[in-house]
Amino acid sequence: MQTVPEHRPGRGRELPEEPVTREPSPAGPEKLKVVPRRRSGTPESLFADNVFRGFVVLCSLAVLATVGLIFYELLHQSHLSISKFGLKFLVKQIWDPVAEDFGALPFIYGTIVSSLVGLAIAVPLSVGTALFLTEICPRRIRSVLSLLVELLAAIPSVIYGLWGIFVLAPFLRLHVQPFLAKYFGWTGLFSGPKYGWGMLAAGVIIAIMILPIIASITREVITAVPRVQREAALALGATKWEMLSMAVLRNARPGIFGAVILGLGRALGETMAVTMVIGNRPEIARSLFAPGYTLASAIANEFTEAVSNIHLSALMEMALVLFVITLIVNALAGLLVWSITRGMPSRALA
Amino acid sequence: MPKPVHTVSVRRKLSNGAALGLISLAALVVTVPLFLILGTVLLRGLGALNWAFLTQIPKPIGEEGGGMGNAILGSLLLLGFASLIGVPLGVGTGVFLAEYGRNKFGNIVRFTADALNGVPSVVIGMTAWALVVVTQGHFSLFAGSVALGIMMIPVISRTTEEVLLLVPQSIREAALGLGIPKWRTILSVVLRTASAGIVTSIMLAFARIAGESAPLMFTAFGNEFWSTNPNQPVASLPLQIYKYAIQPYDQAHAQAWTAALILISMIMVTVILFRFIASRGAGKGAN
Repeated sequence: MQTVPEHRPGRGRELPEEPVTREPSPAGPEKLKVVPRRRSGTPESLFADNVFRGFVVLCSLAVLATVGLIFYELLHQSHLSISKFGLKFLVKQIWDPVAEDFGALPFIYGTIVSSLVGLAIAVPLSVGTALFLTEICPRRIRSVLSLLVELLAAIPSVIYGLWGIFVLAPFLRLHVQPFLAKYFGWTGLFSGPKYGWGMLAAGVIIAIMILPIIASITREVITAVPRVQREAALALGATKWEMLSMAVLRNARPGIFGAVILGLGRALGETMAVTMVIGNRPEIARSLFAPGYTLASAIANEFTEAVSNIHLSALMEMALVLFVITLIVNALAGLLVWSITRGMPSRALA
Repeated sequence: MPKPVHTVSVRRKLSNGAALGLISLAALVVTVPLFLILGTVLLRGLGALNWAFLTQIPKPIGEEGGGMGNAILGSLLLLGFASLIGVPLGVGTGVFLAEYGRNKFGNIVRFTADALNGVPSVVIGMTAWALVVVTQGHFSLFAGSVALGIMMIPVISRTTEEVLLLVPQSIREAALGLGIPKWRTILSVVLRTASAGIVTSIMLAFARIAGESAPLMFTAFGNEFWSTNPNQPVASLPLQIYKYAIQPYDQAHAQAWTAALILISMIMVTVILFRFIASRGAGKGAN
């Protein structure tokens, strides 16, 4: 028992502790001194290692703390509204800052509907783009096209909004909405006055904004499908499209679904562009031509102007709802994408 | 000539052609909005672009002229202060994930960073408001930087992790084999090898936050005058664009388009530079 601390394995056998350093060997005393000490780690280098490790662990803890802090602050600040309205907050349609009565249903409705419209437009286009980039596109066009898609992601939200107000909305009013009303008006989704802006415009803007993210993750997922699957399908005589649908899309389905949900997460939280084109009216209307309101745009519009504490608190609770929804949506998406790529590093940099 | 063993029916040929055609069409359609938006911004933005626009502060509504010099400066200041928060924390977390994070705690951090990346910017802005503005009692550049800095962390950390993992294991082993302690190996060998990649990750984060306006509305707030004081509200390009866009004056709209042109050029240059470095530097350093 007592001898254990004295005897360290790997030490002292080849390199006796004291005498070697005194010998005038050609290797030089420093070298002999240095090598055995470093091998077991000097106290200083161990200390430095620990400090460095401590620093990077601290950084990581800061990430955890930030998310915790966001949750805590939202919960803390919305306390007033939660205790006053309870769960009814989520299902009430009233939004009256003067009477200090608040319900978030029109905003939740607007958020979900505008996101769904966005997904309906964006999903086919972005999956198509991803398939084109990975399977069809000639090498030379590929890098240019993927750069273009990336640039689409880099355009700021507020510029999408600016373009939405002055270009997209008039275009929708003059060319798209009359067409939709004429041929699809019977669905009830495309009726009523044609302003241009409104739920439909918000959906289109959201679609353009989430295209790149869905396309790039779908691309990653498709690339992760093993080559042999494609070769097997082709060897059985499948045409290219049959190969894509049988071997590629079927295998990549959960991952593509994950990419779509990730896009949904982005769509739900999209703020500025939506605020600028959706019309900002807390109504639940069937028609997509009608104006609407989303959780995020209500926060952006009213937060700096809210005077009463309960109004601020209600907006905070909407942020909390938004935070929790996006957290769940993103976690789900992450799991689905991971199930295909198995944590393979993304190809974004390649 | 012998008959081919396998023939493809007309129906299958047609559906193949149609599907491939639609896929290609989708890719084509996706590029349309990009060109439309860039074209519009260029066309409408160039009109009001002049030296005064870049160097002067806004004139009161109704008066001709004036510029967005203070907003440009404000945006740069916000980026600078935000990176003081975002870069060390982001790179540190990235180093942790790549070098020490092959375990359960690492997975938790990875998951949380992804979650943070998905949190809507407006929610992060509200948190910064609750943390800084409420505590300080007024809007400030500092509050805006906190919001933007938080947004930078997940972008930088995940990209840094990816770049560090591209550095071959043999390089680490060579350094450790020379008796260099681990921290030194990471700082002087691994990080240096991956430096180009890390720079690109920072630029990627810049591109992401440079256009953010929602979190700045209730943190940096905006300012009609020059301001470099971290404790004072400050103007920023994206927020200025928003304010001008919702005003009912043609002149304000023209200025909004010009500001959009400046903002978009700043971001596009960053992104294209990012692609350039990523395809040259990161790849070469790693191999």
